[in-house]
Amino acid sequence: MNWFTRRLRRLAPQLAALAIILGVISLVAPGFLTVSVQNGRLYGSLIDILVRAAPVALLTVGMTLVIATRGIDLSIGAVIAICGAVAATLISEGYPLPVVIAVSLGVGIACGLWNGVLVAVLDIQPIIATLILMVAGRGIAQLITEGVILTFNDDTFSALGSGALAGIPIPIYLWIGTALAIGLLIRRTALGFLIEATGINRRAASLAGVRARFLLFSAYAISGLCAAIAGMIVTADIRGADANNAGLWLELDAILAVVVGGTSLNGGRFSITASLIGALIIQSINTGILVSGFPPEFNLIIKAGIIIVVLTLQSPAIVTVFGFIKATRRGDKLNHGAKEATR
Amino acid sequence: MRDEDMSVQHALLEARGIGKSFFGIPALDEVDFTLQGGEIHALLGENGAGKSTLIKILTGVYRRDRGTIYLHGNEVSPDSVAEAQTLGIGTVYQEVNLLENLTVAENLFLGRQPRRFGMIDRRTMRDRSKTLLQRYGLNIDVDALLSSFSVAIRQLIAIARAVDLSGKVLVLDEPTASLDAHEVKGLFTVLRQLREEGVGIVIITHFLDQVYEIADRVTVLRNGRLVGSRTISELPRLDLISMMLGRELQHITRDHQAEPETVDDRGAPSIQFQNYGKKGSVAPFDLDIRPGEVVGIAGLLGSGRSETAFLLFGIDRADSGTATIDGEQVAITSPEAAIANRFGFCPEERKTDGIVGDLSVADNIALALQAQRGWMRLISSSHKRELADSFIKSLDIRPADRERPIKFLSGGNQQKAILARWLVTEPRLLILDEPTRGIDIGAHAEILKMIERLCSEGMSLVVISSELEELTAVAHRVIVLSDRRHVAELSGRQLTTDGIIRAIAGTGETEAA
Repeated sequence: MNWFTRRLRRLAPQLAALAIILGVISLVAPGFLTVSVQNGRLYGSLIDILVRAAPVALLTVGMTLVIATRGIDLSIGAVIAICGAVAATLISEGYPLPVVIAVSLGVGIACGLWNGVLVAVLDIQPIIATLILMVAGRGIAQLITEGVILTFNDDTFSALGSGALAGIPIPIYLWIGTALAIGLLIRRTALGFLIEATGINRRAASLAGVRARFLLFSAYAISGLCAAIAGMIVTADIRGADANNAGLWLELDAILAVVVGGTSLNGGRFSITASLIGALIIQSINTGILVSGFPPEFNLIIKAGIIIVVLTLQSPAIVTVFGFIKATRRGDKLNHGAKEATR
Repeated sequence: MRDEDMSVQHALLEARGIGKSFFGIPALDEVDFTLQGGEIHALLGENGAGKSTLIKILTGVYRRDRGTIYLHGNEVSPDSVAEAQTLGIGTVYQEVNLLENLTVAENLFLGRQPRRFGMIDRRTMRDRSKTLLQRYGLNIDVDALLSSFSVAIRQLIAIARAVDLSGKVLVLDEPTASLDAHEVKGLFTVLRQLREEGVGIVIITHFLDQVYEIADRVTVLRNGRLVGSRTISELPRLDLISMMLGRELQHITRDHQAEPETVDDRGAPSIQFQNYGKKGSVAPFDLDIRPGEVVGIAGLLGSGRSETAFLLFGIDRADSGTATIDGEQVAITSPEAAIANRFGFCPEERKTDGIVGDLSVADNIALALQAQRGWMRLISSSHKRELADSFIKSLDIRPADRERPIKFLSGGNQQKAILARWLVTEPRLLILDEPTRGIDIGAHAEILKMIERLCSEGMSLVVISSELEELTAVAHRVIVLSDRRHVAELSGRQLTTDGIIRAIAGTGETEAA
């Protein structure tokens, strides 16, 4: 089996789910799949999904790594608020764009390292460790914005959220670019391999010389970095920092995306691509419900229903049943082969 | 015993031909076990001998594959712990299986609280608890939370509950492991009292002194088979140890007579540990390892064998002594530091400490090398494939599928893959803790052969094993541990299974290490 078919087999359930969901929406809402060009810029529901998916997709990249270490990062929604507040404050005080971006990213990484200290050094359970920043983070963001929604007017920074380049909205570049860069970093170095080993069996990995602490730190730092980028996009998009609502509950969507992407919460083997498709599935459902004209109060329930179906199809119970069916068939074939061979 | 006349016909508990396999590997094979009423019966054996498997079968945790169990001559087949309890077989595990956040009385009557008008009758429960515990000389507040008492008291409470619940057979798994000498005495008084009352007691322990102090009979298991069952008063300690460690020679044995004192010809020691030790783990010891030398470590369970390995590999930090490699002092404070000095370690607990189950065989083989190279220099997938394929071939790992998750391999093949993991790092010192435990005979012989090949190539090895023939077969020198102390070092003509057994029993001419 070559590399490509193996990848395809890994991603098949997620791709199929995405295709089915897009198909169903396009039946309910004709014109859903049309993409048009207006004023040299792409428009359409599909493009909208790709733009709106940016924050969750970015969070998903970091969350995949954290979950692969057998952890979880609940703080990233709050980190979005912190980094958004930092960026908005710096912009409104007239700092140049590179400084704003660098400081915001730095703050995001610092948040991740804080989680890393709690998880890797103090050995606090990840769900508790990151819960601390999840709660405290919005408080920190409120302190930075001094309790108000801090708005600003800066077209270059706003372009991060609403601008376009060569007809394609900039958030799309940002999340795909970040995902590619981190994906390459993870898979072209040994980080991914070592993170998987640590997530599956930290003790065995440590005894083989793997520096588990460093890996935990990297995973949480990358998660913080991704949240910082997402925070800037969200802030740039609304031209303001809302400490209470920016990125609210997005960490839960990110966890869901990772799970829909088939990475086990028990850590270990992960696929960033599959998680990203998971994020697209979630965003497609969000956008799809909106465009198909259902009363908005149904949104959350429909979303939950669809996700239950997707997860049921991946559940160990169902996989066992499928595996059994497959095995019986293969067994039949084998028996057949054996009979032929004896002839 | 006083009720001998009653039990002439039927033993209290009798197991015949018990067999049990896990994933095709036999854990117990044709084991017989007989317990009389009013008897304290010690069940002995090294790790993996099958003690806990036998206990779990008798107490309904596991289902046996073969064999019959009789209680008072009636065939029984406990399918659950609860069923075994109702039949009369109660168990107290090392980790006392009671609930810390309930009171003593609640623990004693959990699941069978006395009721009155449908409500729990607290007063009756309290009174009955008090009377019950007084039988064991415990005068404690039964309304206090269990967590407010010491392990020793909790254990007595667990015993009281088990005896009250079951009453015929009491199984104690390592009951003295976390007790001090005084508490052990108290426990033994209670056990003697129960013996007088006719309870049959099975006790698992690795403290031989205590076996001689308390037990009437011993049954020894080894590698899942019954070695024998003896009356303790007629069994010298030396014979007991040789029953546990075995000395039937079955494999290739190095002819130590033919190569007298070759050890000294091997040049200066390249790795030296001096006065190396850690409080509460292993008393300070000296250990010199020459290139191409196999140093064996022998001792009973709990003698500090694995702890020595943990110190050598930096898993535990030594709090005294120095380590020197080629004359230069090194600090081995972590596995990483040990690996940086080209050490390797195959742990005893393969599943929890060795394999990374969900990863492929190839990934498992590459893990230590990758960790050593650091995260930035990824081993290319073609190099990884080559490494895996060459070791799958040279160590005959089966199935020969490098992409298969290692958890689906048999124990022997997993062990070979872990060995391969270290061999790719080209270590100067390889520490093997029970390298042949739980693996089939074929792989067993192959691993011994490989140890010989590696040392002939100049690698130094430390081999820890409870199989004495294995040690005498492969080791040039054997360090003997007893009670977390190096008590002897044997080489040349002294290096025989008898010599090791005598050293463990403390009756041979021993050179203090």
